[in-house]
Amino acid sequence: MHGEEFFRQALLYLAAAVIAVPIAKRLGLGSVLGYLLAGIAIGPFGFGLIGEEGQDVMHFAEFGVVMMLFIVGLELQPSLLWRMRTPILGLGGAQVSITTLAIMGIALSFGLAWQSSLAIGLTLALSSTAIVLQTLNEKGLMKSEAGQSSFAVLLFQDIAVIPMLAIFPVLAVVRPGHGTGHGDGHGSDGGHGAEAGHATPETWLESLALPGWAETLVVLGTVFAIILAGQFLLRPVLRIVASTRMRETFTAAALLIVISIALLMTKVGLSPALGTFLAGVVLANSEYRHELESDLDPFKGILLGIFFIAVGASIDFALVAGNPGMIAGIVVGLILIKLIILFILGKVFKLGLDQNLIFSFGLAQGGEFAFVLFSFANQSNVLTKDETAPLIAAVALTMALTPLLMIFNEKVLQPRFGTKRAEDREADIIDHESAVIVAGFGDFGGTVVRFLRNNGVVPVVLENDSERIELLRRMGLRSYYGDARRPELLHAAGADEAKVLLVAIANLEEAQAIIASAQKHFPHLTIYARSGSWKDAFALVKTGAKTYRHNADTALRVGQHILKGLGLRAHQLHRAANRFRVHDDEALIELAKEVTDESAYVSAARKRIESLEKVMLDEHGSVEDMDAGWDAKPLREEFADGEKPRG
Amino acid sequence: MAEHRVLILFAHPMLQRSRTNRKLIRGILDIEGVTFHDLYEEYPDFNINVQREQALLLEHDVFLLQHPFYWYSTPALLKEWQDLVLEHGWAYGREGTALHGKIASSVVTAGGSEEAYRPGGMGRYEVRRLLAPIEQTFKLCGVRYLAPFVVHGTHGIDKEGIEKHAADYQSYLKAMTAGSVDFIAAEANDLPFVNQDLNRVIRVEA
Ligand SMILES: Cc1cc2nc3c(=O)[nH]c(=O)nc-3n(C[C@H](O)[C@H](O)[C@H](O)COP(=O)(O)O)c2cc1C
Repeated sequence: MHGEEFFRQALLYLAAAVIAVPIAKRLGLGSVLGYLLAGIAIGPFGFGLIGEEGQDVMHFAEFGVVMMLFIVGLELQPSLLWRMRTPILGLGGAQVSITTLAIMGIALSFGLAWQSSLAIGLTLALSSTAIVLQTLNEKGLMKSEAGQSSFAVLLFQDIAVIPMLAIFPVLAVVRPGHGTGHGDGHGSDGGHGAEAGHATPETWLESLALPGWAETLVVLGTVFAIILAGQFLLRPVLRIVASTRMRETFTAAALLIVISIALLMTKVGLSPALGTFLAGVVLANSEYRHELESDLDPFKGILLGIFFIAVGASIDFALVAGNPGMIAGIVVGLILIKLIILFILGKVFKLGLDQNLIFSFGLAQGGEFAFVLFSFANQSNVLTKDETAPLIAAVALTMALTPLLMIFNEKVLQPRFGTKRAEDREADIIDHESAVIVAGFGDFGGTVVRFLRNNGVVPVVLENDSERIELLRRMGLRSYYGDARRPELLHAAGADEAKVLLVAIANLEEAQAIIASAQKHFPHLTIYARSGSWKDAFALVKTGAKTYRHNADTALRVGQHILKGLGLRAHQLHRAANRFRVHDDEALIELAKEVTDESAYVSAARKRIESLEKVMLDEHGSVEDMDAGWDAKPLREEFADGEKPRG
Repeated sequence: MAEHRVLILFAHPMLQRSRTNRKLIRGILDIEGVTFHDLYEEYPDFNINVQREQALLLEHDVFLLQHPFYWYSTPALLKEWQDLVLEHGWAYGREGTALHGKIASSVVTAGGSEEAYRPGGMGRYEVRRLLAPIEQTFKLCGVRYLAPFVVHGTHGIDKEGIEKHAADYQSYLKAMTAGSVDFIAAEANDLPFVNQDLNRVIRVEA
């Protein structure tokens, strides 16, 4: 793809996305289905705007899946991953092995060799990480039990791809030279990007021709190296990049991390998705987590979209039209087998009915790995191209049907059987986002954060001074790097689930920008803001944020202590200070309405001071007569007037 | 060394306007063995330091709750003090024996006259009866409760009247620290207030 051709392709894909996705969303079908339909529309069997090169685009766009797993990793701290080991190994392991055996059995009954049958079983046992995660995310179900179980299974499948690639060559049955093909024609740039690497047997690891145990060592070593690099290399590098305060450089660094890990993994012959996932998990503990996530999110989104379009475009409708019965049989059979096995496993692993339905309907399709594995099976002479072609078409169809299946579940089944109960339950494995986001980790924000934490509320803290983050981290206080003005960062920090945003930033313009952006994108947040001066306070009150003057309380405390030192009663001063503060707060709101410019500010301030003194000082020039209830003087006077004493 | 160490738990939210209590205090601040503990001054925001209060109680033998009579009861902070300081498991309950054997009483100034605090009067009950919740609270904590020291009729009282009460208070406390208050006489149920007849409760040393 050169120059003009590249732009032509980009134009097609982007235009298809921009037209189809809003329509699909409006119809309640979700973006994934929109992309798939757009792909079908522009593909060889729609308007025919793209042809065979769609395959290359698909391989390139699979990189979106790699990015998605990096981001998933970022949201999954190692401790949480460890707690998920039972569902990953148990549920995931059971799903892959039982589905493999079931499908293998059917293939055998059609008279295929056991090797071929096993390869088909393994390949079709996998589901589509891209479609499932994207759809669950879009529906906000990632944190439900169904979402977590789905994720566990998909993660196991991603890992399982590695040994599958390793055993396919051993399963060779067909004579060499017979039909290679499907994914073989990718000679163009980008085509070897991510998953495509699997299809090329010449990985660096294989070229070494090591014995099995040594290969295992290399694999483990690579995983270990990624963990070490994530821990000791990436963080310092990111800190240096962050300190330049150049956003695009940070974005470049984020992309660099993902691409280099993907390349490394491909070279070694491992799944790039798995590698970036691991790196994500390692970085989940770092202060750059939210910034990385928000930087990569748009890339991931666009690449995944293109990937779905490419899947839609790749569906071979000629083949389908030629053998409608067979393809329909495979599609229905595959979905049913997977669905039933998933449903039973869901029951065994104690998912509630409604969660189990989401889980089993969600994962009941073939996955994008099938394209890779089938073409690799062709190359390894496990399966012929005649055997894989209908399977590939069927897998693509099951992927396209997934959003429809989920809608069917949601609209038809759930209203009948679903109870909604479990979905509302707070997720206990994937990270809880906090109820409070604090922007700015200066002295002020820091004090608020410490107080909240002392009371069991741990906020997510955003700060865009990387030196400061490092300093505070050494003192044991955690915060994340990033510019809170960006809605993507707020989103990554959990603004969708949070209830409160505290803007603890000294710079007025910056604070106003954060508030404006938060109000626009996350209108449900209650926003608290601090201001350094009266003037700033007026501006902040006007934004609608609950505004607190930075020094007000401290000043009143000093005032109380001075007066106490002069011999006034402490409790009296305490009440007087409270009253003063309440009045000041009211005045702030009142006067903010009037203040429009500098001179208005001066006259407003003057009014405020006068009104306060009028309210608070009686003819004695003292504040204590406010508490008239405690004054016995009127009682005594009444008594002296000859009235009966009270009591 | 004083025989009995006396802790005065003083609660007056507006001492600067006080006539009576201010005078009462003046005569007792310097008595050896008396600790004057001004609660509204120590805890202006009601943020009572429980450990500190409990330590103070342990350091003393006699606790006097001194306060103006507000709505037949104590000012609010003194109620807060009871609720927080007299902890279960410390002051009462199976393990709560920290205060066993100590002595407590009240020193109350009331606007109403002595006649008012009688059956048929506006107050209908003696001040000591109205203070029953406090008496009972201390009893439950294993603390003996003496009849209160009551200044009646502060609404109508003149300077000399207050001075007289202040002098009584001073000699009562001196006797208390010297160990010459007869606790058995002072806690007698039929005694409405100790300063009705201080001679009845103060032993004259032989
Ligand atoms: C809020 C309030 C409530 C009072 N309630 C009573 C009461 O219930 N019975 C009574 O005899 N006097 C009552 N008084 C009068 C006070 O007890 C009296 O003014 C006080 O003891 C005088 O002492 P001082 O000069 O040290 O303030 C009350 C006074 C106030 C301010």
